[in-house]
Amino acid sequence: MQSFIPVIGELVMIGVMLALLLGIAGPLTWAERRQSAMIQDRIGPNRAGIRLFGRDVRLFGLLHPLADALKMITKEDAINKRADRFLYNLAPLIALVPALVTFAVIPIGPDITVFGETVRLQVARLDVGILFVFAVSSLAVFGVTLAGYASASKLAMLGGLRASAQMISYEVTMGLSIMGLPLIFGTLEPYAMVQQQGELLWGWLPKWGVFVQPLSFLIFFTAALAENKRIPFDLAEGESEIVGYFVEYSGMKFGMFFMAEYIEVIVIAGLVTTLFFGGWQVPYLMDSGFVFPGGATVAMSEWLVTVLRVGAFMFKLLFFLWFQLMIRWTLPRFRYDQVMDLGWRKFLPLSLVNLVLTAAVVLWVS
Amino acid sequence: MAQSTHTKTEPESPGIRIRKVGGGIGMKEQLYVPGIAEGLGATVRHFFRNVFAPKDKKYTKTIQYPDEKVEYPQRFRGMHRLVPREDGTPRCVACFMCQTACPARCIHIVAGETDDERIEKFPVIFEIDELRCVVCGLCVEACPCDAIRMDTGIHPKPVYTRKEADFGKADLLSILGRDEAKAGGSRSQTPPPASAAGTGRVDRHEGDRGAGGRSGGY
Repeated sequence: MQSFIPVIGELVMIGVMLALLLGIAGPLTWAERRQSAMIQDRIGPNRAGIRLFGRDVRLFGLLHPLADALKMITKEDAINKRADRFLYNLAPLIALVPALVTFAVIPIGPDITVFGETVRLQVARLDVGILFVFAVSSLAVFGVTLAGYASASKLAMLGGLRASAQMISYEVTMGLSIMGLPLIFGTLEPYAMVQQQGELLWGWLPKWGVFVQPLSFLIFFTAALAENKRIPFDLAEGESEIVGYFVEYSGMKFGMFFMAEYIEVIVIAGLVTTLFFGGWQVPYLMDSGFVFPGGATVAMSEWLVTVLRVGAFMFKLLFFLWFQLMIRWTLPRFRYDQVMDLGWRKFLPLSLVNLVLTAAVVLWVS
Repeated sequence: MAQSTHTKTEPESPGIRIRKVGGGIGMKEQLYVPGIAEGLGATVRHFFRNVFAPKDKKYTKTIQYPDEKVEYPQRFRGMHRLVPREDGTPRCVACFMCQTACPARCIHIVAGETDDERIEKFPVIFEIDELRCVVCGLCVEACPCDAIRMDTGIHPKPVYTRKEADFGKADLLSILGRDEAKAGGSRSQTPPPASAAGTGRVDRHEGDRGAGGRSGGY
């Protein structure tokens, strides 16, 4: 019986993470629409409401994602006669599940002790950490390619090829650009990395990834945007300008592609926060309270420290979500040859140079 | 670019002179990031300006229809209305000028005799099919008695069946002109629902429900 408690803890943590992911992804679509409206001097959807107690409750349009979900569920699931049924049904799953699973290694807070047991605020603490992230996110390419192939539609096939070529190109860069961080932190595991980012460089600067590896941050962020086919790299779908790989999908299957994109946005935000911005670390906040460089300390209870840390993670996550949405509505779309050129001829050499420089600096310092 | 003439001495020249202007793409543009930062500055500025705008100084141009509506110009031709005399009867003398002038044939009048010698006729039935109306205003120009006007400033409500868009004499009389509908401005007047009882005439829409087309004429 005693051995069941950690298992239950794991299940609860999985449930919490899933709820977090899906619970943020829905309002993220709302935020996308409202934020784009606010940028463009208009108001955005604020009208979907339900009738509560005889009055319409509108809530700034927060029920629009719910309306979208209902629409997608109730739509007719039209399938091509010549489509490969099995692959056609499998593709949205392969697109969605890796996005969800990648979040498993991201810690949202420090280890907390509950009833004497240590609870990890992280679904899986694997020794290979970020390699797991790249391995799993590479699976998403299969979803895209299968969707294009199994649709039995020429334009969908071409769209699938476009998208998968782009995704594969930027996976290499994504992986290589991160490799400077294990050199510095000495571990691949994200939790250990976050813990080390609490240390101070030269007595005052938190050892965040962005301060020790700024170039890596830029390259990784851009490559992650390109991997997710997010604007400015959305030439594979083009949003009503060009036929994408999901053109033959309707209803909830398209909804799964749609959700997969927004969940990956959250995953990218989580990864960037964890690797480069200290994860759940608050600057100068140690386990016992604030310890400022001048020597001033503010003692705090451990519970408050944990709450502050989880809150910090959430804040940073939300900031990077907001930032990705901002980037989307600021930049024009890249051309296909520009995307390929950027991926192979600019970012790949840059990340290799970054790796070599980091290795040199680490050797020189030690 | 000047077009130089082909000469036999340079067969491989395409005949176009090219001159490079400007210094090409600068380092700032090639690095992407400074340009992106500049662009982000513009979008972020707009974002915060719109999100935290005070209630009285909104920068968004959106009109929240149907709570807010745009004022139509003075010359806007909206729904028709029959102008009443002092005693409430319409000015119309059933001269059929508007029915003849209407290019869409949407006005239907049945005339009747009055006892008054100066006003010889009156419309027993005066019906306008607002769906057929092309809003040209020729009926207003044709009327010699200023009996029909299009100065209401409203347009007919959307309907579910074509029959609901037939407006009879009583409905057309009840609409007020834009200047008379005082409270809330010209858009505050709501168009009347067409009376469900109809006008007692033969159903002109019977041809629509079958094959989906009108059986010619009216």
